[in-house]
Amino acid sequence: MGRAAVKFVLLLSAAVMALGVAGATEKGGTLVFAGAADPTYLDPAIVSDGESFRVAQQIFEGLVDLKPGRSDIRPMLAKSWKTSKDGKTWTFQLQRGVKFHDGTPFNAAAVCANFNRWYNFSGPFQDASATYYYQAIFYGFKRNEVSTLSKPLYNSCRAKGKYTAIVKLNKRNGPFIMALALPAFAMQSPTAMAKYGANNAEIRNGTFYPTGDYAFKHPTGTGPMKFSEWTVGQRVVLVKNKQYWGKAQYAKSVDRLIIRPISNNTARLQALQNQELNIADLLAPQDVGTVQGNSRLKVFNRPSFNVAYVTINSAKAPTNNILVRRAIAHGLDRQSVVRAFYAGRAQVAHEFMPPSLFGWAKDVQKYPYNPERAKSLLRQAGLSLPVEIEFWYPTGVTRPYMPDPKRNFEAFSASLEQSGFKVIAKSAPWRPDYVKEVNQGTAGNLNLIGWSGDYGDPDNFLGTFFQEYNPQFGFRSAKITNLLNRAEQETVVAKRAKLYQEANREIMKFLPGVPYAHTKPAIGAEKRIRNFVPAVTGSDDLFPVEFGGQ
Amino acid sequence: MLRYVVRRLLLLVPILLGVSVLIFFWIRLLPGSPAESLLGERATPELVAAYKERYGLDEPIYQQYWKYLQSIADFDFGVSVATHRKVTEEIKDRFPATVELAVAAMLFATLFGLPLGFIAAKKYGGVIDHASLFISLIGISVPIFFLAIILKYVFAVRLGWLPSVGRIDVTIEAEHPTNFYVLDAILTRDWATLWDAIKHLILPAIALGSIPLAILARITRASVLDVQNEDYVRTARAKGLPPMTVDRRHVLRNAMLPISTIIGLQVGLLLSGAVLTETVFAWPGMGSWLRDAIFNRDYPVLQGGILFLAFVFVMVNLVVDISYAFINPRIRYS
Repeated sequence: MGRAAVKFVLLLSAAVMALGVAGATEKGGTLVFAGAADPTYLDPAIVSDGESFRVAQQIFEGLVDLKPGRSDIRPMLAKSWKTSKDGKTWTFQLQRGVKFHDGTPFNAAAVCANFNRWYNFSGPFQDASATYYYQAIFYGFKRNEVSTLSKPLYNSCRAKGKYTAIVKLNKRNGPFIMALALPAFAMQSPTAMAKYGANNAEIRNGTFYPTGDYAFKHPTGTGPMKFSEWTVGQRVVLVKNKQYWGKAQYAKSVDRLIIRPISNNTARLQALQNQELNIADLLAPQDVGTVQGNSRLKVFNRPSFNVAYVTINSAKAPTNNILVRRAIAHGLDRQSVVRAFYAGRAQVAHEFMPPSLFGWAKDVQKYPYNPERAKSLLRQAGLSLPVEIEFWYPTGVTRPYMPDPKRNFEAFSASLEQSGFKVIAKSAPWRPDYVKEVNQGTAGNLNLIGWSGDYGDPDNFLGTFFQEYNPQFGFRSAKITNLLNRAEQETVVAKRAKLYQEANREIMKFLPGVPYAHTKPAIGAEKRIRNFVPAVTGSDDLFPVEFGGQ
Repeated sequence: MLRYVVRRLLLLVPILLGVSVLIFFWIRLLPGSPAESLLGERATPELVAAYKERYGLDEPIYQQYWKYLQSIADFDFGVSVATHRKVTEEIKDRFPATVELAVAAMLFATLFGLPLGFIAAKKYGGVIDHASLFISLIGISVPIFFLAIILKYVFAVRLGWLPSVGRIDVTIEAEHPTNFYVLDAILTRDWATLWDAIKHLILPAIALGSIPLAILARITRASVLDVQNEDYVRTARAKGLPPMTVDRRHVLRNAMLPISTIIGLQVGLLLSGAVLTETVFAWPGMGSWLRDAIFNRDYPVLQGGILFLAFVFVMVNLVVDISYAFINPRIRYS
């Protein structure tokens, strides 16, 4: 009995130890992440591409940030905030004891220095390709030098003591606080920016070009990772910020982060399979099965934050007739397209924004595929069948919301032709022709396009498409414009949500287009990756990642 | 010889001027402009028009060309529309990567192609001759990107013997004073990095060198067959010289003239960038850079990059022509 008991205890101990080792994480290490391209610069205020934002997300922090894997915000460098009654003044209470990577303190003065920097951008910095997000949110600068700019939203910033920053806007604006989660509005060290010429730039051969070193060699934030090195075309190297103000929670996370560009999807996948990297972004739908079948690898899903839709141009006959637009909506077999061409990684869309965003309405008018209903609507419109419509699709491109445009087009064409339409097919290369034609409203009655969200606000979807007259859709609706204006100016989220829900209902009644898919992009990674939560926008937090056992 | 070299160098000017005219006007014939590429889905008609007006893209074309020539004279190729980096900096980063790959590919092609062609000629009509023909046909017929993917799948993914992407293991800390990674590793005596850089070169060099290997094998075979039936070779044999001496002093030396021309042309072609190989192996060279520039309507990159490669191509051919005089001292340039 004694020997048996000892054996049992020994076996039990061995089992417990084995379990412990299998679940244990290694401390530190180097994480290699592969995206599709190099960053443009390392100064997030002057970039608008996802690859630059991903690097910035590790180095910099904003006043607020997105919650991991979600589109709503959480406090970051601002631990709380409130608005005045008129909605124009935002008071931020800042985190204490935070330092930039160069040792200088983060405080209210630094916040105001950053806001004023953007507001005072002049010359080359007012180019749309340089400060796209500033212009999208704040509309204009202190002195506008370009005719397309408007009166600025930003008025001023005042530091009240060390840890209270008061930002004044010229009018109420709901998206303002949500947009501050964008890396474009991250807090950067004023000292480092001055020292390394962050505000020096010129236009060379028509292209914006920073002439200081800051954007290439000295990005300085407060984040958990510090910049170490950038070899263009090969890697960006970041190292752990040992003085990070929140370091306790990242004690075991990676010490070094390498972000490398591999533009070809197959090459990126093979590098993952060959253990040359730990995480590979933008896994093609057809490669998901390959990763899932590999015992060393697994698939992470990026939450859906995009929409694929068919534009209906309401300025052109016959799609200027609401009955024809409804017939089109009933004539598009969206379920079949989503099932056939998205490898199970999409859901049918019923409105122009993803369900994860506040303001999404579950009770919008739906248009199930019904060819007979479509034909009946066309006859009701007084048209003889088949009704001719011009339908455009892009070539030479794959988008996160539309991996294979041609196949989507072919399936939609077939279902429309079953529904009383005669489709005249047109195509154009994505760059430069297709997008231009769509934007200026010359891409036929219907065209395939979509949108991936930049920040967690419905304004980034509905406001972009419908707040002002947009030649792409070719309509004016006072009701929709009014709803979107009110939603933009409202600062209470619950009220904004109701206004956007109403706007969604109106939009889907008017039918400026037919949304058909929200996709879930896939990311391939090693099974031992822990604490990786893909961001809705693609600006993933990589610094919390730990390496565990298999 | 000196006069010959100087004359060839002076010819560079009209050649490059002609190339600059061709590039400048050709890329402006392509639909679209950098504005649409820069602004992407956000390229509203108003923004595109404002962009074109701001940056002189709506000026008369001869004025745009004159500004372009002035900037070339200052060695200022401008800034890339896509990456926003100076074109000269991009060339400085990417050209060494292209040179390294091209040299490795030609080394592979020469080390295997020349002996294969030579032996095929010596064993004319035999099994080796037919085998070399077969290998050459495969080399020419199999698309490079297909061969590259197969090589990667077998030797990297399945066997794990070799890396599949890039010039070097990104986790290695190494110095790169010249940006030629193999050379840098030798200069810094970093043998671990040297081996890593060589490992990264093997698969792309084989993929890229497959076509030059096939061509060199066939040209060598034809050239050796041609020369070894010449009177002076028969005389040398008749005099009783050992076969190896005849081959070395008479056959190979004279056969090398057309072979070196082909090598020069192939090197020139490889230096212009191997788009498909670079894409499949994520090799940061000139080929993939220029391909992206076409899609992006990246005028400064296309103008500067192609002009630079034209210069390189002319210089490589000059070196090849000069090499004739060393291969065959009877050739004199005046």
